[in-house]
Amino acid sequence: MTKRIDFQVDPSAYRHWRVEYDGPVANLFMDVDEDGGLFDGYQLKLNSYDLGVDIELADIVQRMRFEHPEVKVVVMRSAKDRVFCAGANIRMLGGAKHAHKVNFCKFTNETRNTFEAAEVDSGQKYIAAIKGACAGGGYELALACNHIMLTDDSSSSVALPEVPLLAVLPGTGGLTRVTDKRKVRRDLADVFCSTEEGVRGKRAQEWKLVDEVIPNSKFDETVDARARDFAASSTKPDVDKGIVLTALDRTFHEDGSVTYSTVEVQADRKGRTASITIHGPEGDPPADIAAFTAEGDQAWMLRAARELDDAILHLRLNEPELGLMVFKTQGDPETLLAHEALLMANRDHWLAGEVLQYWKRVLKRIDVTSRSMVALVEHGSCFAGILAEILWAVDRSYMMEDEFEGDNRPMATVTLSDANFGPMPMANGLTRLQTRFLGDDAALAGAEASKGEALEAEAADEAGLVTMILDDIDWEDEIRIFLEERASFSPDAMTGMEANLRFAGPETMETRIFGRLTAWQNWIFTRPNAVGEAGALQRYGTGQRGEFNMERV
Amino acid sequence: MLDLINVSYDTQIPNNVGLSSDKKVLKALERWHPGYINWWNDLIPQNFQESMVYLRTAVSVDPKGWAKFDYVKMPEYRWGVLLAPQVEDRRIPCGEHAGELAWQEVPGEYRNLMKRLIVIQGDTEPGSVEQQRYLGLTAPSLYDMRNLFQVNVEEGRHLWAMVYLLFKYFGKDGREEADDLLRRSSGSEEAPRMLGAFNEETPDWLSFFMFTYFTDRDGKMQLESLAQSGFDPLSRTCRFMLTEEAHHMFVGETGVGRTIQATCEAMVKAGISDPYDTDKVRSLGVIDLPTIQKKLNLHYTLSLDLFGQEVSTNAANAFNAGIKGRYMETRIQDDHRLTGDTYKVLDIVDGVLVERDVPALTAINMRLRDDYIRDASGGVGRWNKIIEKAGIEFELKLPHQAFNRKIGVFAGKDFDPEGNLVTGDEYDRGLPHWLPTHGDGDFIQSLMKPCYEPGKYASWIAPPKVGIDNKPGDFEYVKLHMA
Ligand SMILES: [Fe+2]
Ligand SMILES: [Fe+2]
Repeated sequence: MTKRIDFQVDPSAYRHWRVEYDGPVANLFMDVDEDGGLFDGYQLKLNSYDLGVDIELADIVQRMRFEHPEVKVVVMRSAKDRVFCAGANIRMLGGAKHAHKVNFCKFTNETRNTFEAAEVDSGQKYIAAIKGACAGGGYELALACNHIMLTDDSSSSVALPEVPLLAVLPGTGGLTRVTDKRKVRRDLADVFCSTEEGVRGKRAQEWKLVDEVIPNSKFDETVDARARDFAASSTKPDVDKGIVLTALDRTFHEDGSVTYSTVEVQADRKGRTASITIHGPEGDPPADIAAFTAEGDQAWMLRAARELDDAILHLRLNEPELGLMVFKTQGDPETLLAHEALLMANRDHWLAGEVLQYWKRVLKRIDVTSRSMVALVEHGSCFAGILAEILWAVDRSYMMEDEFEGDNRPMATVTLSDANFGPMPMANGLTRLQTRFLGDDAALAGAEASKGEALEAEAADEAGLVTMILDDIDWEDEIRIFLEERASFSPDAMTGMEANLRFAGPETMETRIFGRLTAWQNWIFTRPNAVGEAGALQRYGTGQRGEFNMERV
Repeated sequence: MLDLINVSYDTQIPNNVGLSSDKKVLKALERWHPGYINWWNDLIPQNFQESMVYLRTAVSVDPKGWAKFDYVKMPEYRWGVLLAPQVEDRRIPCGEHAGELAWQEVPGEYRNLMKRLIVIQGDTEPGSVEQQRYLGLTAPSLYDMRNLFQVNVEEGRHLWAMVYLLFKYFGKDGREEADDLLRRSSGSEEAPRMLGAFNEETPDWLSFFMFTYFTDRDGKMQLESLAQSGFDPLSRTCRFMLTEEAHHMFVGETGVGRTIQATCEAMVKAGISDPYDTDKVRSLGVIDLPTIQKKLNLHYTLSLDLFGQEVSTNAANAFNAGIKGRYMETRIQDDHRLTGDTYKVLDIVDGVLVERDVPALTAINMRLRDDYIRDASGGVGRWNKIIEKAGIEFELKLPHQAFNRKIGVFAGKDFDPEGNLVTGDEYDRGLPHWLPTHGDGDFIQSLMKPCYEPGKYASWIAPPKVGIDNKPGDFEYVKLHMA
């Protein structure tokens, strides 16, 4: 059995990063352990990274927000001499299976989006302080920071050498952010992205690849001063103390199932299906936000988000053949909404804000998960507010209608709340309901008018909130047939179809990264020019160049 | 008709590349020239700039009689652009293009790779001059001072050689790189030289000799491999530089040899037979042999680092592209492509040194380093002859290549000079016996008193056997300008 990739790390076990906290400024040092690769067969030289390095980074970014709310500016630096970061490890990429490459890129993209958005979402601004070579994924790390400083020592440079060097793309947002975020002119971007050695010094600033170019002797002090300036002008409220994110309560079972305190993953390997059941909160919500904070990471709203997040990541990377995800919930919708309401009423409180932002990210993670996804709204379920978002994140939803024989659970309902009308946008900048009802304002208004009402099947169907309602007679057969049919389709075609249908509406930088850039990258990742035996990615490091089929497709 | 053997002085820049009819490059070089002169003028103390130095200047690229000697003020030295004569029908000696006609223009697909190699080589040339800038103040003789300046002006010329290639073949990018070669400076906080060893200072003359012996020899190996380049102008440039480089290593080898000679003679004269009786030896005003060994250890290991990682993609790319060959490529009997071959590199597995077969293409650096080690051991043997002749029981040794490394598989690992992996504690205790201590440095500094009288030498160094250009012992190699 291959080893399980674990997305939970303990900060005391970091091998690749170090954080020094200095009041409102955190200095984040990348110091990749060459011998600390997640798999055998490559060394993480020159601060190059693999999924393991990125899992630690994601953990740091997450803890920065929950455990260190006092931090307003994070300075990303290298602890190594003469190199900031050489990007994703090429030998790792060369040796990895296609699915791993794709999931690796997806996860790294999600992490970059997260620290990029941290400034808007919670007032934590990431800045990149670049000394030494900063290439490929290294520059993409910097691009996701919201201020880039480069030393002018006549050798430090920024570069996206993927195309000339490896015949693949800077696929972790590189191509997109150069034009969309940095607003580099496209012809200059063309020169930049096809020049292996990149651009250094003044020109990097003239081309808008970096924000500042600083004399080397003044670099460190300027970076420190800039970090302090940003912190001083930050509008983020002061918070004394964060909460601690403790280890998750989870058990992995032989058959692939996983049990968390609020989430149950049931694996059916034969049916290529994973059911994910979220159990709603049982007791009343904490009395007030102070009580909520005192509960820390044990508060249901946070615990469930963490567990669901981990479950999704685990399934993506470790269970590639469970091609169908079935989402279920069980619990009391009113209690759930009461827990949610506490956060919604205290959205300006730092922790309430962070937990809501976190739900936003978890839901986005579901949006971009390349599995067929369905939600089953069964009796006793609690698809309300934030959890109702899952209904419109997945590809289809089925809801139980009327009583089922021998089932005495409360009648299945769907309840909307304020959370469905703003705070949980998708990558396209719209809410899931706006995306669902694109061009149908009446439907959207109708849904909004139903806020707070527990809609039973017929009403939910009427409101367009579920795909199909089924009574006791049809339920079992219809669901079984749907699952069997879905599991039998070509996974490639499913991924392609779903990814296209899920993101209606406007393009944003985020959709362009997950859509256009990722799709092209994944296409290139299957082409012989990159990954064939004589392709550039396979040949990299041997001294021999890739052999290309020169025919344009 | 263009004379490609004799140097033309019809432009401000001596050359055998027809600069007077290559307006574009001439203009670029002339624009770069003032910056270079400024760099030089700021470099070496003023009174030496005004002094008349007995230097050789290249006048031809004919291996027989290519230089002439005369007094010249260094800022007026005629730095020129000199390429070895073109070999007719020269072929690319290695890599995937082996056997094809050598390139006279840069192939677009290799432009960046080639530019980088030229820039790295170019960066070392002025770097060493910067490291040695104050040594004139403590020269142990006018003879040695002259040798120092000869090495310096020639390193300056090597910079010209690389800059010429940048101007001629790399357009706008090349011009920017040429400017940056003057912008970076050894040990600078602002913009240091690219390679670590060229940012270390050369604090004393023994360091200078060790540097020219060991580090210039790395330069020699790099030039040897670039001399094999399929890009003919680069090959020709490097071939000519190698004629000059030989003198630098001569300065190093004889400098260390004469230091050893002075030590041995003083020991014999004072009746000291124990080379480890350092206090007594030092009291004679000479450098004890164990300290010389420590200096050797330091410079040798720093130089090994210049060869880069044992297994290197860049080196593989350069070889396969035909841009850089192996040492004596054309004399090696194989297919010169190496696609299926392996080469043994040292590695550490579970704390044990092992030899490991890796694809030969990726081990190009390692192979060059192995050639270097062989090349460097010759002089050490000759130094030991001097000690042996004096009847002193001591043998200088090249330390194991795992010792004191900052780059490659041995970096940061605690190996002793014999190549044993030792504990941190053993390493700490051994270090003062393996590498020069501050105390050693202080002692050597105390000997660094200038000796400017013609024919006289500082106590710690013996006179040379023969003079430069066969001049007599009391020849005034530098007519010092006393401000
Ligand atoms: Fe040189
Ligand atoms: Fe030299």
